[in-house]
Amino acid sequence: MAIEIEKPSSVRLSKVAISKTHGEDSPYFAGWKAYDENPYDEIHNQSGVIQMGLAENQVSFDLLEKYLEEHHEVSSSGKGAPGFRENALFQDYHGLKSFRQAMANFMEQIRGGKAKFDPDRIVLTAGATAANELLTFILADPGDALLVPTPYYPGFDRDLRWRTGVKIVPIHCNSSNNFQITPEALEAAYQSAESMDLKVRGILITNPSNPLGSTIQSSVLNDILDFAVHKNIHLVSDEIYSGSTFSPSEFVSIAEILRNRNYKDAERVHIVYSLSKDLGLPGFRVGTIYSYNDDVVTTARRMSSFTLISSQTQHLLACMLSNHEFTQNYIKTNRERLNKRYDMIIQGLKKAGIECLKGNAGLFCWMNLSPLLNEPTRQGELELWNIILNQVKLNISPGSSCHCSEPGWFRVCFANMSEQTLRVALQRIHKFMEQRKVCSVNQ
Amino acid sequence: MVAISKIATGNGHGEDSPYFDGWKAYETNPFHPIDRPDGVIQMGLAENQLCFNFIKKWVMEHPEASLCSAEGVNKFKETALFQDYHGMPEFREAVAKFMGKVRGGRVKFDPDRIVMSGGATGAHEMVAFCLADPGEAFLVPTPYYPGFDRDLSWRTGVELVPVVCESSNNFKITRAALEAAYEKAKEANLRVKGLLITNPSNPLGTILDQDTLKGIVKFINEKNIHLIGDEIYAATVFMEPEFVSISEIIEEVECNRDLTHIVYSLSKDMGFPGFRVGIVYSYNDAVVSCARKMSSFGLVSSQTQHLIAKMLSDDDFVDRFIVESKEQLLKRHKYFTLSLSQVGIGSLKSNAGLFIWMDLRKLLKEKTFDAEMDLWRVIINEVKLNVSPGSSFHCDEPGWFRVCFANMDDNTMEVALLRITTFMHKHNEAMVPRKLCRRASLKLSLSRRRDDFMSPNMMSPHSPIPQSPLVRART
Repeated sequence: MAIEIEKPSSVRLSKVAISKTHGEDSPYFAGWKAYDENPYDEIHNQSGVIQMGLAENQVSFDLLEKYLEEHHEVSSSGKGAPGFRENALFQDYHGLKSFRQAMANFMEQIRGGKAKFDPDRIVLTAGATAANELLTFILADPGDALLVPTPYYPGFDRDLRWRTGVKIVPIHCNSSNNFQITPEALEAAYQSAESMDLKVRGILITNPSNPLGSTIQSSVLNDILDFAVHKNIHLVSDEIYSGSTFSPSEFVSIAEILRNRNYKDAERVHIVYSLSKDLGLPGFRVGTIYSYNDDVVTTARRMSSFTLISSQTQHLLACMLSNHEFTQNYIKTNRERLNKRYDMIIQGLKKAGIECLKGNAGLFCWMNLSPLLNEPTRQGELELWNIILNQVKLNISPGSSCHCSEPGWFRVCFANMSEQTLRVALQRIHKFMEQRKVCSVNQ
Repeated sequence: MVAISKIATGNGHGEDSPYFDGWKAYETNPFHPIDRPDGVIQMGLAENQLCFNFIKKWVMEHPEASLCSAEGVNKFKETALFQDYHGMPEFREAVAKFMGKVRGGRVKFDPDRIVMSGGATGAHEMVAFCLADPGEAFLVPTPYYPGFDRDLSWRTGVELVPVVCESSNNFKITRAALEAAYEKAKEANLRVKGLLITNPSNPLGTILDQDTLKGIVKFINEKNIHLIGDEIYAATVFMEPEFVSISEIIEEVECNRDLTHIVYSLSKDMGFPGFRVGIVYSYNDAVVSCARKMSSFGLVSSQTQHLIAKMLSDDDFVDRFIVESKEQLLKRHKYFTLSLSQVGIGSLKSNAGLFIWMDLRKLLKEKTFDAEMDLWRVIINEVKLNVSPGSSFHCDEPGWFRVCFANMDDNTMEVALLRITTFMHKHNEAMVPRKLCRRASLKLSLSRRRDDFMSPNMMSPHSPIPQSPLVRART
C-alpha cells in the first residue's frame, strides 16, 4: 500500500505549462462545452445545441467511401497484407515519396495547374497545427513577433505562441473595405511591433481566410509580398482552405504570385497545407509545409521528427491522391457542394434579415449581427453570443475570439452537418429574429 | 538573405553525431542478399522485426481493423473526423491494458492518464516542455540514447547533465553518481528539474533492479525533482530477472506521485515505429492536463488509433504476442552473443532490448575516443557493419559499441556473424608473439573482465596489438 507523504510545496511545472497561452479559456472553446453537454441529434435530441463552431467538411464523405469500396488494394490487410511490415517500419522523416508526390499533384490540381510543386520541398507534419508551430520555431526566436491579419483563427494564439514564446501583433482589418489587408495596415502593425520593442520576423496570412470565408485578391497578395521583401521578413501563407474555394478561378495562391515573379524573393515564402478541411480528414493528422527556402526545408524536416504522419495514413492517402480521376472529380464535386451549402445559408440568413460578408470559400460564413448589439463593444457581443448559445441553441464563434476589432461579427460553420440540420438551424435563427422584431416593436 | 531562428541555425538537431554517420554509410551502400551482398549491414537501428509474421496473420484475419476494407469502411467517416485530443477511448483502454499485461498484470494503468504524442520522440519533448523552463536541467544516466540530446533540448532549451555510470560496476546507477551529477549541475548554476531513466536501458539492454529503482525514487523525492521513466523497451525483456516498472515501485515506496511520469511507445515492443504511437502517462493531474493540450501538436492518426484499439484489445492475441516476442528475442540474443563469444567478443550481460552493448575495449590501440572512432571506421568500412560507437551515447569509457540484432532476418544475421568472425580471425592471426610480462598482465585483465564474457572461450589468449594494421585506422 502506498503511503502518500505530505506533499511539500509541489515542484513547479514549467512556465509554459502554467501559462494560459494554450488559449482554451476563450469563448471559442466555451461554446464547444455547451455543445458537448447537450449535442443536437436529428432523431434523439432535437432541442440540443447545433454545432456551428467547428469548421469541418462533411459534405463529400460519400466520395471518399466510394473510392475505398472500389479500391480494396489500398488496405494493407488484404491479400497477405503485402507491405504491412515495410509500412509499419517506415519512419523516415522525408516521408513516403509516393505520398509527397501525390500531395504535390493534389496541390497543383487545386490551383488548376497555375503553380508547380516539387515533392522534395514538401515536409510532412501531424496536422497544420504542428506545421504552423514548427515554422514559427524556425522563423522566429522567443520574444520575436509575427504579424497576423485580424480576424484570425483562434488556434493561432496557441499554435504560434504557446511553446515558441513568439508574439502575435495584429494587422487590423475592418469592414469598411471587406476586411482586406492594406499596405497602411501592414505598416501600422509593423510600427506597433517596433514601438513595443518587438522584432518582426514574418507575416502569416490565411488564404482563403478563416474566419472571413473569402480569398485574398491578387493585388493584395502582391502588396503583402512586396512588404515582406521591403522589411526583409518571412511570409507564411496558410492555404488550408484552398480546395474549398467555390470557384477555382477565384483562388490565387502565393505560389502563383511567385511564379509570376520568376520566383524572385521566394526564399522568404512558405506555404502551409493540410487535408483536414479540403478532404475532411482532421483525424488523420495530415499537414504539410512547403518552403522555397532550402534551409527551412532541411530544418523543418528534422523537426518533423516530433510530429510525423503515421505511415499507415501516408500509404492510404498516397494511393487515394495518386488516382487522378478520383482527385479531379473530388475537387470539382466538393467545390460545387460547398457552394450550394453556402448559398443555402446565405439565403436563409437573408430571409431572417441578417447580412454576411460576401464570401467565396471555406466552410463557414462571416455573419454581421452588429445591429443586434446592446452596445457596440466586446461585452455586447459576448452577451448576444450567450443568448444565441443558450436560447437559440446554436454554437457559433464570436468575432472577438478571432480578435476582430469590430464587435458584432460571428463565424458560422455550415459544412459540418446534414442539409436537414442546417435547415433546422436556419429555422431557429429565423424564429429568434422574428421574436426580436416583436420585442423591439413592443418597446 | 532573410534570417531564420537561432534554434534553426544551431546544431541542436543532433545530426552531426557519429551515430548518424554510420547510417549515411549504410544508406549509400545498403546490404541486400542478392543485389548488394557486399553492402553495409545495418546494426545501428534498434528495430524489432522478429514478430511480423505473427502480427500480419492477425491483420489479415481482422479486416475490420482497417478503414479501407469492406468490413471496416463503415467506420471511415467517424474515424476520419475524430480529432479530439483526449484520444479514442477504445484506443486508450487498449493501450492501458497492454501496458498492464506487459508488466505481468502487476499494475493497472488508468486510460484517462494516457496522453498521445508523436512517437516517444514527441513524448519526451512534450514532457520537457511541461516540466522545465529553458535553461533548467534534467539528469540523465550515461550511456544514453543519442536522440535525447535533440528530443529534450533542441526546442525546449533544457540542459542535460550526465549521471556518469561506469563499466566497473556494470554501469549501475549509484547514489554517488546521482549526487555527483546533481552537484555538478548546481556548480554550473543549473536548476535540476528532473531525472530521466530508460528502463530497460538503451543502449545497455539491462533492467534496473529493485534496490536501484527504490534508491532512485528516494533520491528524486528528497531533491523534490521529477522522475521520468522511459519504458519503451518494457516488452523486450526476454529473460530473468523480471522487469520492474516505476509504476510498481511507487506502490511500494513512499513517494510523491506528482513527480512520476512514464514515456511509452509501440515502436519497439510492437515494431511499429512508422505508426507514431507515443504515450505520456503521468501520475500528476496538472501534467496530464497540460500534456493533453500539447498533444495537439502530435496526435496519433485516428486511422492508427482505430487499428491499435482493435489489435490490443484482442486479449488472446496480446497474450500470445508477448510470449512469442520474448521467445524470438531470447533466441536471437542467445545465438548472437554465443557466436560472438566464440571469437572472443564479449558484451555486457543483458536480458532486454533489441541490441547488445559490445565490449571491444581490448581492440583499441589506446584507451581514447579517437581510437574508438578509428576502430569504428574500420568496422564500417572494412567489416561493413553499421554499429553505434559508445561515445555517441556519451559513454565515459571508450571501446563500447551498441549492436542491434533484432532488425534483420536469420540469413542476414549469419552474414553479419561471418564478417565479424572473419575480421576477428584476421585480427588474431596478426598477433605478435607475447613477451612474458605481457602474459602476466593479460591474465590479470582477463580475470577482471570475466563477468563481461559469457563464453567458455574467455580464457583463450589474445591481446590488443597496438600496431596491428587491422585496427589502425584508414584515413
